[in-house]
Amino acid sequence: MTYLRKRLLWLLPFLALPGCKPVVLSPSGDIAARQADLLVQSTLLMLIIIIPVMALTVWFAWRYRANNSKASYDPDWDHSTKLELVIWAIPLLIIVSLGALTWVGTHLLDPYRPLDRISAEKPIEAAEPLQVQVVAMDWKWLFIYPEQGVATVNQMAVPVDRPVEFTLTSTSVMNAFYIPAMAGMIYAMPGMQTTLHGVFNHPGEYQGLASHYSGAGFSGMRFKAVALDDAGFDDWIAQAAAGGETLDRGRYLELEKPSENVAPMTFAEVDPQLFSRVVNMCVEENRMCMAEMMAYDAQGGLGLPGIANVAALADDDAPGTARPVLGLPPFQVSGICSVEELNQMLAASAPSGVEEPRDLSPMRGRGLAAPQGFFSPHLNPNRLTQSLPQDGAEQNL
Amino acid sequence: MSTVTQQAPGDFWEVEPHHHHEGASTSIGFWVYLMSDCLMFAILFATFGVLGASYAAGPGPKDLFDLELVALNTAFLLLSSITYGFAMLAMVKNNKNGTLGWLAVTLVFGLAFLGVELYEFNHLIHLGAGPQRSAFLSSFFALVGTHGLHVAFGCLWLVTLMIQVSQRGLIPANRRRLSCLSMFWHFLDVIWIGVFTFVYLLGMI
Amino acid sequence: MAIPSEIPTTFLLGRLDWHAIPQDPIVWATGVVVAIGGAGLLWILHKYRLWSYLWNEWFTSVDHKKIGIMYIVLALIMFVRGFADAIMMRLQQAIAFNGSEGYLNAHHYDQIFSAHGVIMIFFVAMPFVTGLMNYVVPLQIGARDVSFPFLNNFSFWMTVGGAVLTMMSLFVGEFAQTGWLAFPPLSGLGYSPYVGVDYYIWGLQVAGVGTTLSGINLLVTIIKMRAPGMTMMRMPIFTWTSLCTNILIVASFPVLTATLVLLTLDRYVGTNFFTNDLGGNAMMYVNLIWIWGHPEVYILILPLFGVYSEVVATFTGKRLFGYTSMVYATVCITILSYLVWLHHFFTMGSGASVNSFFGITTMIISVPTGAKIFNWLFTMYRSRIRFELPMMWTVAFMLTFVIGGMTGVLLAVPPADFVLHNSLFLIAHFHNVIIGGVLFGLFAAVYYWWPKAFGFRLDPWWGKVSFWFWVVGFWVAFAPLYVLGLMGVTRRMRVFDDPSLQIWFIIAAFGAVLIAIGIAAMFIQFGVSIMRRDQLRDETGDPWNGRTLEWATSSPPPAYNFAFTPVSHGLDTWWDMKRFGQTRPRAAYVPIHMPKNTGAGVIIAGFATVCGFALVWYIWWLAALSFAGVVIASILHTFNYARDYHIPAAEVRATEEARDRQLASAGA
Repeated sequence: MTYLRKRLLWLLPFLALPGCKPVVLSPSGDIAARQADLLVQSTLLMLIIIIPVMALTVWFAWRYRANNSKASYDPDWDHSTKLELVIWAIPLLIIVSLGALTWVGTHLLDPYRPLDRISAEKPIEAAEPLQVQVVAMDWKWLFIYPEQGVATVNQMAVPVDRPVEFTLTSTSVMNAFYIPAMAGMIYAMPGMQTTLHGVFNHPGEYQGLASHYSGAGFSGMRFKAVALDDAGFDDWIAQAAAGGETLDRGRYLELEKPSENVAPMTFAEVDPQLFSRVVNMCVEENRMCMAEMMAYDAQGGLGLPGIANVAALADDDAPGTARPVLGLPPFQVSGICSVEELNQMLAASAPSGVEEPRDLSPMRGRGLAAPQGFFSPHLNPNRLTQSLPQDGAEQNL
Repeated sequence: MSTVTQQAPGDFWEVEPHHHHEGASTSIGFWVYLMSDCLMFAILFATFGVLGASYAAGPGPKDLFDLELVALNTAFLLLSSITYGFAMLAMVKNNKNGTLGWLAVTLVFGLAFLGVELYEFNHLIHLGAGPQRSAFLSSFFALVGTHGLHVAFGCLWLVTLMIQVSQRGLIPANRRRLSCLSMFWHFLDVIWIGVFTFVYLLGMI
Repeated sequence: MAIPSEIPTTFLLGRLDWHAIPQDPIVWATGVVVAIGGAGLLWILHKYRLWSYLWNEWFTSVDHKKIGIMYIVLALIMFVRGFADAIMMRLQQAIAFNGSEGYLNAHHYDQIFSAHGVIMIFFVAMPFVTGLMNYVVPLQIGARDVSFPFLNNFSFWMTVGGAVLTMMSLFVGEFAQTGWLAFPPLSGLGYSPYVGVDYYIWGLQVAGVGTTLSGINLLVTIIKMRAPGMTMMRMPIFTWTSLCTNILIVASFPVLTATLVLLTLDRYVGTNFFTNDLGGNAMMYVNLIWIWGHPEVYILILPLFGVYSEVVATFTGKRLFGYTSMVYATVCITILSYLVWLHHFFTMGSGASVNSFFGITTMIISVPTGAKIFNWLFTMYRSRIRFELPMMWTVAFMLTFVIGGMTGVLLAVPPADFVLHNSLFLIAHFHNVIIGGVLFGLFAAVYYWWPKAFGFRLDPWWGKVSFWFWVVGFWVAFAPLYVLGLMGVTRRMRVFDDPSLQIWFIIAAFGAVLIAIGIAAMFIQFGVSIMRRDQLRDETGDPWNGRTLEWATSSPPPAYNFAFTPVSHGLDTWWDMKRFGQTRPRAAYVPIHMPKNTGAGVIIAGFATVCGFALVWYIWWLAALSFAGVVIASILHTFNYARDYHIPAAEVRATEEARDRQLASAGA
């Protein structure tokens, strides 16, 4: 299919013009490449019907023009059951095939699904992907490498051929994280966590960007995503660790303030709980973490005393804190549980990281279990329950 | 195509004056409007469904609602629907004063309902459980408040119609309007039964 | 743009102060041009004493034909504004390279793309489609007016009110900088504290009331007012698609209204529906707005599918192929359009099963749509095609739309969407279907029904100039965006750092210039045709040898449309009448019962618009007064029981006899 994709590039002459790098069609990461394959396959499938329709349109328009008296004219012919059957059936057949392709492709390329190969030629070696935590800020990207203990702003590096698991969130508004050469995009949203799996297969420097409009500084929210060999990556981490700055909660709150076209930065040390606190929206002192709040809410809230458990915002000039004209000034709920309890909750809400190695056959995956029953060569009623998706197949938000 | 008949299948013009029944479209038009309004309530119910358990570590329904008061309020609204029904019966019997009387009773029940609801809202806001405190309270106030606004407009409409009926009597135009308001009033009743069930009763379980 | 974070509010003017005047020379220049143009227009109206004519004959008219025309005039005016925004964006993106910031700052640019989307959808496409349905549907079903003529007038003025608020934001304050759907939290008070989003909300709410009421009105009209004998399966296909569109309007606009109400509460009262904190959920807004937003797409395109069907049948001189399957296809699309909304945000991270469900339902819509294309195709088969402009637009549509449909299905494949979402490929796709589907159809419709509305045809030469510039310009403007999308370029960018992209943006800007010429040619066409109207006169009332009932009456039709009620015995009633030699009866004319004009619609909508403005600026006393104005004016209107009159039989006879003489002189 990759071969076909490259052939197709030549079929589209305008894409061969100088200055045109259709990165979506010829990316450098396996996930993006498979997404591009699906894109090309779907296009070809649809062209089966699109091309004849366009040709017929032109042909009929020419053939049955009013001054062509040679063409037959049948003004009352308005129905043909056979023809109707064909014109409903052909699109339906194509959609059935495309639907099957979609169902399988969507599950295989689900951004939540850990990779099961490095590339078409390369099976997966290490089951453990590199963890990168991403925070979309106004208007820059913060990358935290929890295992390496460093953080960067507006620059990112990963080793070639090593699976990467991004966990994403945002500080203020919705955004989307997109490295076209690596994998498709996924939203980053405040107070929520999304996941994206990807891998780079070729070393190089790639464009990464914000692809969901997020306000005034949106255009400048780009970064270089660098794919390095293992040694290069270690060097890169070492360089980042050589800078003196520490990213603690105080520094984070400073960084969070809106700024545009931010030059890359590095932090040698990171508060290990920082990302968890960002997702839980409790970086500020005394602010109740979402995990804690949700635990109380699950038990019916804190009752009437809970009404009083609020405080004015620590920084009421910060963006996002305007006072509604007909309401009270914005406020926050104060945290009440102990540090130990909180740590437990934050740890529970953190991404797990380690995944089981999985079945490599192309049509299977966590969300798409091995076919059972009718299609199974060894039908065993006792094993039918195993065809259900396993836990976590629907890792919704 | 089947054979083309050269014989015209019938007259293509109606030469007799076609008397269009005046206001024939009004009730179906009002029905369609009610359905669109119903959809708006559906969105508010859905919002309550999504956010109704997000107490933001604040109070929940059990801490806030007084089921006896709400039951009383429900009774007011249900009774007002019955009395509106009596008004319609009087209208059918061409009894203008009876219609006006029952409409007045309906109005009293409607205002009583609004009064109790305002008291409840006022009480909650004074406790500090206003619409800002949590998403649960936001969606509660939006859903119940929108219903209350509808009832308030219904009352205003009711007063207008009482004036019009007393001025012009039960002429066809006024009968049409009375039946539209009747549909509106019963519709609000149905919505309230939903509110009472999903917001209050299920919340208190 | 220096808007202080805290603007003091005063009792008299709310937060309206000198900060509201945009400090931007481009806006000033526009303001001057608009002021001069407006003053000139007022002077002309005054000089020729047109005020009372406009007020009595148009503004207060409850005639569906006049209201339809006013809707389309509104759409054309707003189209010029929306296109001006488009060309400013194209220019900015063509020059903002190599360290250049372009000529628009972020505050201005972000308003432009938001306003472009809002205006083109709500104040161009919607009024255009509504106007068309208003004009054509009652004629096609042989009715004298819509079911609720006053409501029709009121709906129109509410739409105008929304447009006025949106336009006002250009000169007083600012418009939203959030994109056309205003996703929170960005559109929440915290991140958009000034008036932009409030203009957006109140503009749409005021117009939305009009749209919903107009939807109810047309829906009931089609259900209740059809000519005798016209069963559902004998309705002209445009009426069918209008019926489905109005069902969609009635069943989707309340969702928009409710969603915007919740956003309003978040902004004004501080509730937590879509906030980050205290339990709010912004994803709910995205879901709700697209539950409205996807049916909205079909609200726009379905009536145009009807137009193409009418045009194809007329200009091929052949019955529409597969009427029944066309109807079922339309109904299928109507139902399916509610089951696909999530395809607008596959990348939000729903699970794979949810995404594939919505992807597949989306693809299924292409089956009935494909059936429609085939039906038009086989209507052309064994026909005699007259290539008048409406037919040219239709063929251009068929060739353009299939590409847009294909890229649409492509975007419905979630893994493909992950790389193309929010990209310029997406932009190219929806312009491909909206321009290639909706606009081309509207232009076909304007050329097709213009003679009916005004009694003379449009000049074909300028029409063809417009056609070729539009069609070529469209592809030159949007093919580069497809390419750029495949190069990983996303939407709403103000500046770029990769210089190799620039050439594509320059080509796209050139395409926009071609389209601009196409638009200019269209307006010249209107002017030239009005001046040459005597040569272009249509005396027959049936210039295209049409098939449906609107061609059975004169051009323009009399106020009462038909002196006698037509009776339908099958599809294509007018075609049958011609075939069986049935002419208009000349029986004893009777007085015709008609609704009276009223100014109440203008007044109530005017109060509503003022109320919207006051709410945008927190001028509470004015908001309270104008809201009271809305309520009191509405109540007073209900005290007016004398809403109808009779056109005397003598006047009907005079009109019909004049029509006989006209037909005789035309040799019919």
